Amino acid sequence: MPRFMMFGFSRPQLIAFLVMVALVAVAPFVLYPVFLMKVLCFALFACAFNLLIGYVGLLSFGHAAYFGMGGYVAGYAAKAWGFTPELAIIAGTLAGGVLGAAFGWLAIRRQGIYFAMITLALGQMAYFFCLQAPFTGGEDGIQQIPRGNLFGMISLKSDLAMYAVVAVVFLFGFLLVHRIVHSPFGQILKAIRENEPRATSLGYRTDSYKLVAFIISCALAGLAGGTKSLVFGIATLTDVHNAMSGEVVLMTLLGGLGTIFGPVMGALIATAMENYLAQAGAWVTVIQGVIFVACVLAFRKGVIGVLAERLKIQL
Amino acid sequence: MFMILGYPAPLMFGQLLLGLINGAFFALLSLGLAVIFGMLNIVNFAHGALFMLGAFVAWGLLNFLGVNYWVALLLAPLIVGFFGVLLEKTLISRLYKLDHLYGLLLTFGLALVIEGLARNEFGSSGVPYPIPSQLQGAMNLGFMFMPIYRGWVVLASAIMCLITWLIIEKTSIGATLRAATENAPLVQAFGINVPRMITLTYAGGVALAAFAGVLAAPIYSVNPNMGANFIITVFAVVVIGGMGSILGSIVTGFGLGIIEGLTKVFYPQGSSVVIFVVMVIVLLVRPAGLFGKAA
Repeated sequence: MPRFMMFGFSRPQLIAFLVMVALVAVAPFVLYPVFLMKVLCFALFACAFNLLIGYVGLLSFGHAAYFGMGGYVAGYAAKAWGFTPELAIIAGTLAGGVLGAAFGWLAIRRQGIYFAMITLALGQMAYFFCLQAPFTGGEDGIQQIPRGNLFGMISLKSDLAMYAVVAVVFLFGFLLVHRIVHSPFGQILKAIRENEPRATSLGYRTDSYKLVAFIISCALAGLAGGTKSLVFGIATLTDVHNAMSGEVVLMTLLGGLGTIFGPVMGALIATAMENYLAQAGAWVTVIQGVIFVACVLAFRKGVIGVLAERLKIQL
Repeated sequence: MFMILGYPAPLMFGQLLLGLINGAFFALLSLGLAVIFGMLNIVNFAHGALFMLGAFVAWGLLNFLGVNYWVALLLAPLIVGFFGVLLEKTLISRLYKLDHLYGLLLTFGLALVIEGLARNEFGSSGVPYPIPSQLQGAMNLGFMFMPIYRGWVVLASAIMCLITWLIIEKTSIGATLRAATENAPLVQAFGINVPRMITLTYAGGVALAAFAGVLAAPIYSVNPNMGANFIITVFAVVVIGGMGSILGSIVTGFGLGIIEGLTKVFYPQGSSVVIFVVMVIVLLVRPAGLFGKAA
């Protein structure tokens, strides 16, 4: 490891991080803030997902469950219980984490491809639950969720104020994932990804490590979902549907599995694409499918992965 | 009218029959998934889309070429099977040296493409497919009226499952297939063309899905989403049964269909999740699946 590491960043990573922070700070004055907030929420969601697939090798195909449940709980807390935004977001995070603890505890009983199928099935179960549960509002979802006043004092009605909160939440989540990946705990996660039997033989209880990583990832997904529902004032079935699970896989794959900046780039590209193709209707699905196929066949490293390879650095 | 456990018997048997029909589709689809997984080590996420494609091919054959149901039942699986050959040869075969997860992601992408194209062409509501004239009407079984077509679906699926089982377990082709599943390089060393066998296995599994699609066409409206909703439940079925055993897939498929049907009688709200609940219980009690070998 080089000496000049700061916060687990190598020098190129630190530069890239500072560039990203600068872009996050300047962007709302150039681009539409609501669009940017959407990107940041999805970027955080994708970072959470990448923590599992990129660093533990677990493909969780039902991640929308935690994202959507975080959105529902945060929205409900803000609207029905009058929680302030920070408390509502924390409630959403906890909801994602608790659901993740239950589902993860079940899913880590099987490995590889079965893990993916189990998380997908559990995600579908969560979807049906949200469809019928009284507090989610069924097909209507929870509407008119108030953004409220941060700490009970600062009004988040203006998009710029809300943007500042979203940016802080995103950077917090991003740094947390980065810190986890570069901690001793993260090293063990990577060992499990490379060779689980060997990690077991070295005396690590791999199941506990996988479960903790899974819970952290789900809590962060809940954080992203909760923040998103406050931004848009609405929490609906779209966010728990398995199509959303597919989308976060796409974002991460497109940006680069197992890179720190990949999911952010992937979220930006995917969200921008959806925005521009909004009139195209069902063609969006077709294009997403084609991108999936192309990424898997010819572009497995993703945008950031390829960039890092060209520059011979880690990103 | 007599009652069972406080429920009218015709309602009970009616739901049981619907459950058996769903179970028949679970069995056919999970069977195909199991055969494909055994040989290709890929979970074919496109299976639901190809099931849907089978139904649309049957619809197209009827409406554009005037090909009737019975011929479509044979022709649609062949056409979709041929499509499967193309998919395997051009796309899937490039992934065998990679992690299994890439196979899942690729076929997921294929499913999005196929379903998206179908939605563009036909909209989400779908198109009707008539019940063939020979199978219209209902039969009085004494304890219930059974629509003949529904009985036929159960019968035809059961026969198809049996044929598949016989081919795999009792013929020399099946023996080679099982051997190649265990150890492909060794089988290849004996002079058997394993890559071609892999292609044909994929085509066969996909053809089973298309066969199920044609059977389903007159029951459900032929619509682009019919497979997407099904495939996730089928995955749960596969997790419950384990992909190790052919007979296991069939038994689990039919069994879970019946459980789902009965849930519709006793606790309708739970019918959409009952299979997932069963999956959770199986994971707790027997993590390797009912018929699975411990990993």
